[in-house]
Amino acid sequence: MASKKTPEINSSSTADIAFLLLCYFLMTTTMGSQAGLQRRLPPMPDPNQKVEDQKVNRRNIFIVRINSSDRLLAGSEAIDVSQLKEKTKEFLSNPNNDPNLPEKSEVDIEGFGKYMVSKGVISLQNDRGTSYQAYIAVQNELVKAVNELRDEFAYNNYGKRYASLSEEKQEIVRKAIPQNISEAEPKDITKK
Amino acid sequence: MSKFKKGGKKAVPAGSTSSLSDIVFMLLFFFMVTTQMRETENKVQVKLPEASEVAKLERKDLSSYINIGSPVRHLQAQYGTDSRIQLNDSFKTVDDIRDFIAAERDAMSEADRQFMTVSIRADENVRMGIVTDVKQELRRCSALKIMYAARKVTEE
Repeated sequence: MASKKTPEINSSSTADIAFLLLCYFLMTTTMGSQAGLQRRLPPMPDPNQKVEDQKVNRRNIFIVRINSSDRLLAGSEAIDVSQLKEKTKEFLSNPNNDPNLPEKSEVDIEGFGKYMVSKGVISLQNDRGTSYQAYIAVQNELVKAVNELRDEFAYNNYGKRYASLSEEKQEIVRKAIPQNISEAEPKDITKK
Repeated sequence: MSKFKKGGKKAVPAGSTSSLSDIVFMLLFFFMVTTQMRETENKVQVKLPEASEVAKLERKDLSSYINIGSPVRHLQAQYGTDSRIQLNDSFKTVDDIRDFIAAERDAMSEADRQFMTVSIRADENVRMGIVTDVKQELRRCSALKIMYAARKVTEE
């Protein structure tokens, strides 16, 4: 019997089929990398409880206000968003122990030792008319200031950037340079 | 004595196309792996604001989304252009957030509930008033872990 060769199957159409599928996934894909600025909201105060003013020393608080036309007031002066980072860093680090800038307290950090941790709190206040874009820009600058301080701390103590440290060391850095950004109760800061 | 032959026409052999399908399949697999299906149809336009210090969300399955923005064009005739809140598949008001959060919590396992993150996806042009309302409502529901979704931009 004559052995017959199986004829080769024409495979040129597989590419077409694959292209079709590819197009489908290209159309439906969102490349959804969910990223953003993470925050923790303060818990709602108990309505039955009498509101007692939290006594925070004036020098320990840095008020950042954004008004309805997206102008910025940091501390007591009107500044531009681009200046905010430097001001925040100065406030949080207080390099010269200025009596007008936040005080520091010695905290025993596990695995590191004693460190003078700043007590500074940044209070962010906004108006109902503030645009979200401006609000995020300000939030971003504040986070950037904290991140740069953390990087500096990590570099001085471990010789590496914060992001490339191990989990335990990151924890130490986070304790040494806390991110205290409070989003206070909404207030109507427009004067009517 | 010519080195170059003239006229001798050689047929160029046909290029093999069998590797084409391999390449395309590779692309296909890439998109299949990176893709995630859109579960809900967007009813509001959301153009996220830009930020450089964004952190990635670790657990996508533990997050619920609140979209805030003005309705998409073909719904503007019906709903106007004012900023609205979209939860799941429909327009909702601030009061509905409570039920939404409760439903999302129920869908999670007991251990995961504390890690629930609410991602606020607001358009860059919305006013903070509506965002503040949402935040206050979230505090009331004690869903305290939030994230302001933003587009990552790298500066210089």
